[in-house]
Amino acid sequence: MVNQVLLKISNIDVFHGTFQALWDISIEVRTGEMLALIGSNTSGKTTLMDTISGLLHPVKGMMEFNGVDITCLDPYQIVELGITQVPEGRRIFPDMTVLDNLMIGSYCSCARSTRKQNLIRVYELFPKLEERRKQIAKTLSGGEQQMLAIGRGLMADPKLMLIDEMSLGLAPIIIDELFKALKKIRERGITILFVEQNVKRTLEEADKAYIFENGRVTLSGSSAELYEKKQVKKAYFGIDECEI
Amino acid sequence: MNDILTPILMGIMLGGLYALISLGLSLLFGVMRFINLAHGDFVILGSYLGYGILTYFGFDPVIGLVISVPLMFGLGFLIQKYLMSRAFEVSSDTPLIIAFGLSLIIQNANQIAWTPLSRGINTGYSNASFFIGSLQFPVVYLLDLLVGILVMLLLREFLTRTYLGRAITAASQDKKAAELMGINSKRVYGYAFAIAMALTAIGGVFLGMTFPFTPTSGISFLTIAFGTVIIGGLGSMWGTFIGGIILGVMQTLGGYFFGPASQMLVVYLIVLIILAVRPQGLFGR
Ligand SMILES: Nc1ncnc2c1ncn2[C@@H]1O[C@H](COP(=O)(O)OP(=O)(O)OP(=O)(O)O)[C@@H](O)[C@H]1O
Ligand SMILES: [Mg+2]
Repeated sequence: MVNQVLLKISNIDVFHGTFQALWDISIEVRTGEMLALIGSNTSGKTTLMDTISGLLHPVKGMMEFNGVDITCLDPYQIVELGITQVPEGRRIFPDMTVLDNLMIGSYCSCARSTRKQNLIRVYELFPKLEERRKQIAKTLSGGEQQMLAIGRGLMADPKLMLIDEMSLGLAPIIIDELFKALKKIRERGITILFVEQNVKRTLEEADKAYIFENGRVTLSGSSAELYEKKQVKKAYFGIDECEI
Repeated sequence: MNDILTPILMGIMLGGLYALISLGLSLLFGVMRFINLAHGDFVILGSYLGYGILTYFGFDPVIGLVISVPLMFGLGFLIQKYLMSRAFEVSSDTPLIIAFGLSLIIQNANQIAWTPLSRGINTGYSNASFFIGSLQFPVVYLLDLLVGILVMLLLREFLTRTYLGRAITAASQDKKAAELMGINSKRVYGYAFAIAMALTAIGGVFLGMTFPFTPTSGISFLTIAFGTVIIGGLGSMWGTFIGGIILGVMQTLGGYFFGPASQMLVVYLIVLIILAVRPQGLFGR
């Protein structure tokens, strides 16, 4: 299973109306990997996530998941196949309880039979969610809302999880906690593709990364490789090589 | 004292009817952010269905709901699937224009089918009355209130407890997130439209037992439903119910203090004031 290509994106172009947001993107995600997308604001990371999730469709190119052509599928079909997204801004259902939010996570028919078991696992991962299961979701703190968003994603029993800007606006101590949770999720055999703004942190956590600029992939490679690359240092750490 | 109690109690019962005919409008707005301009005509279509079932088959119109509710449910599903879903993809104005067109079509079809004459649904209990103390009220008004409460509670239970209901609620709170959770928004919208139409079938029958109606009455009841939903806050079922009661009481009290001719004027002035002070409605988010 490991090292088999799980998601293969080949040369896709994606538009928002008449505006082209992604240009000729090709990405490979292997089973068991933790892969990151890095890029400045508006470089197209969320657009790629939404395209994989079926909210947007490429006008050119192809996407394959587990050998299935998913290029033209709708979001609910993508979820059935085992891809869930934890969206940017968390987007929990504000007026529902924590438990109802989690239940909606297991809406797809692929996750109904394993719902009980998944709920137990989510509570193991985030005991706070169990304590607060009857609380209305919008009254949770930012960190708890992010835990809920991740928990809700896990309820769909995914093979691949797309996580968009998980740490946005959260305290470092909570970010640490969330990354620990991602490690445990990964140990369960779930492949993770995530977007982050903090380059240093991202390269520490991910096995591999793709760097986006203006809708194009400009660099990619293992985290260790990227860490040493001059462009990355200059662009994201604001330092020249000789300073290290 | 007893004098003013009569309009207040009448207003509360009337409010039950107003809530009943507004729930569908509120649901569709909550789920799809769509203001259904044909809502009033759907309600009147429901009244004619009840009238027709009574006149031609002799069924009590409340029992006739067994036929008209599934009929309107199916019609709603088809309208959403074949007309509205495409319109939503074009722009947010397109569904409004289509709804307006539907409104005209239903009005004219009703004129052809039933003539422009005023009709009413008259059953054995239409003229019966009951007493609270020494005050006398029509039984139909009590039914309006009870059915209004019952349908609102059932709808709420459906939306919070059932699988489909939760999907509809989720889509109304955040469409993108709902889709990412595997909810097929097209299907959910189809059911929401169907349920909204089924609700108009119920509302229409009780409206037809309470007031006379003509093929063009839809517009005045659309206005009342707007008022109800605006007061209560669009998309909230409890809010819609309370909104109906407030509107009903305002109307009867307006009539009591300023005469029947100005009762609706009072209502619309109050709606206007509420809109100015609290645009999201009294119970809106
Ligand atoms: N709905 C939309 N309509 C039109 N243009 C859009 C839309 N969504 C995004 N864009 C544009 O597409 C480009 C990529 O946006 P995207 O949200 O994918 O960037 P991002 O890398 O996720 O940025 P951020 O780090 O701010 O989240 C931007 O130029 C943005 O303005
Ligand atoms: Mg983004």
